[in-house]
Amino acid sequence: MANTPRTPLKREQIARRIAQDFADGAIVNLGIGMPTLAANYIPAGREILFHSENGLLGFGPAPEKGKEDPNLVNAGKEFVTMLPGGCFFHQADSFSMTRGKHVDVAVLGGMQVNPRGDLANWKIKGAELGSIGGAMDIARGAKQVFVAMTHTTNKGEPKIVNELTYPITALKCVTRIYTDIAVIDVGPKGLVLREVAPGYSAADVQAVTEPKLTYEKEPAVIAI
Amino acid sequence: MLNKIVYSLATAVADVRDGATILVGGFGGAGVPEGLITALLRQGTKDLTLIHNNAGRDETSIAPLIKHDRVAKLICTFPEAKTAYIFRDKFLAGKIKLELVPQGTLAERIRAGGSGIEGFYTPTGVGTEVAEGKDRREINGVMCILEYGLRADFAFVRARLGDRWGNLVYNQASRNFNPMMAMAGKIAIAEVDDVVELGGLNPEHVVTPGIFVQRVVKTENLNG
Repeated sequence: MANTPRTPLKREQIARRIAQDFADGAIVNLGIGMPTLAANYIPAGREILFHSENGLLGFGPAPEKGKEDPNLVNAGKEFVTMLPGGCFFHQADSFSMTRGKHVDVAVLGGMQVNPRGDLANWKIKGAELGSIGGAMDIARGAKQVFVAMTHTTNKGEPKIVNELTYPITALKCVTRIYTDIAVIDVGPKGLVLREVAPGYSAADVQAVTEPKLTYEKEPAVIAI
Repeated sequence: MLNKIVYSLATAVADVRDGATILVGGFGGAGVPEGLITALLRQGTKDLTLIHNNAGRDETSIAPLIKHDRVAKLICTFPEAKTAYIFRDKFLAGKIKLELVPQGTLAERIRAGGSGIEGFYTPTGVGTEVAEGKDRREINGVMCILEYGLRADFAFVRARLGDRWGNLVYNQASRNFNPMMAMAGKIAIAEVDDVVELGGLNPEHVVTPGIFVQRVVKTENLNG
């Protein structure tokens, strides 16, 4: 361990780690950006139904070049295909699915998370404009909310903080955080460090995390 | 005889007056009634309030109406986007007002408005800036905020097929906001790819019952 160089996870590796936590048969909503990549890494033998806020359940990968249909896009406005069994519905039904706790897992991007699981991810601090889109409803309504983000800002400041300073998306919603250096659960007593990236110790992760992390044993190394 | 077919886009929007409120269907580029928007632009109506998920998409969707200063206020969920540069400039210049709404709340406000429900309590947005000034109430142990139903003078919707009674079916992800917008517009105008004879739509497959639609018009390429 001591000899392993610190190796933060790449975006694709974070996405791959997240996908390992999708149970067979789960209904999953993927946010725009890094979360979308998780669809590429579903473990063999598991069937996952993807939900998109604009009215799709059971959509599949991007179409072949030349077969794109402007009427068949996901929430990120990317071209997709439908799997056999997939269906369409309107936006009010779509949000009945998320707000009504019918979606098992939502994977969202994050700007800040605190130990209570409050999330900020829709607007940069001090910006004139931000886009909420479906984030507030999805964060509030999914049974589990996974946040995918880098552990710190590009200036090195922690994104896991004691109190949010960015505009809030939803309170007490995040259940698990996946970063380039750790997997952290939001538990009833605060943050529990579960896994670390290769070459990192629990102390290394704590050093760039504002609230106190607890862990039962030395955390496992994320397999990459 | 009940015949809702109108024979041109220009005729369909001829009675939209200055100051009107219009629900405009679509999500990104899918399901946007581009023909009705172009016809309205040519007609010259101004001081509009538009309700639409996005804030324009490059030079399409509602962007031309914003560009030509026809829109006094926009109610939307996703105003900040690379493709919404026309809105951004007008907003920062103080030429257009914005009401920002979470997407699921927007969909439900429209469904409520079209269903004779004046308001409802939802957990979405609690603790965020969208809750500011709104009534808060704990129901069944869940903190909620009061949101009001939304209705409009007109709804511009985009569908694949319609008949002379106003029954509609949609095209995949182009359904999005269109069905509930049809319900909430005093005059709902459906721009369709094709008009079919009565009986041409399987009653089991009708998505929007004709009772919610006042006018059906076949799409034309006004920019061609």
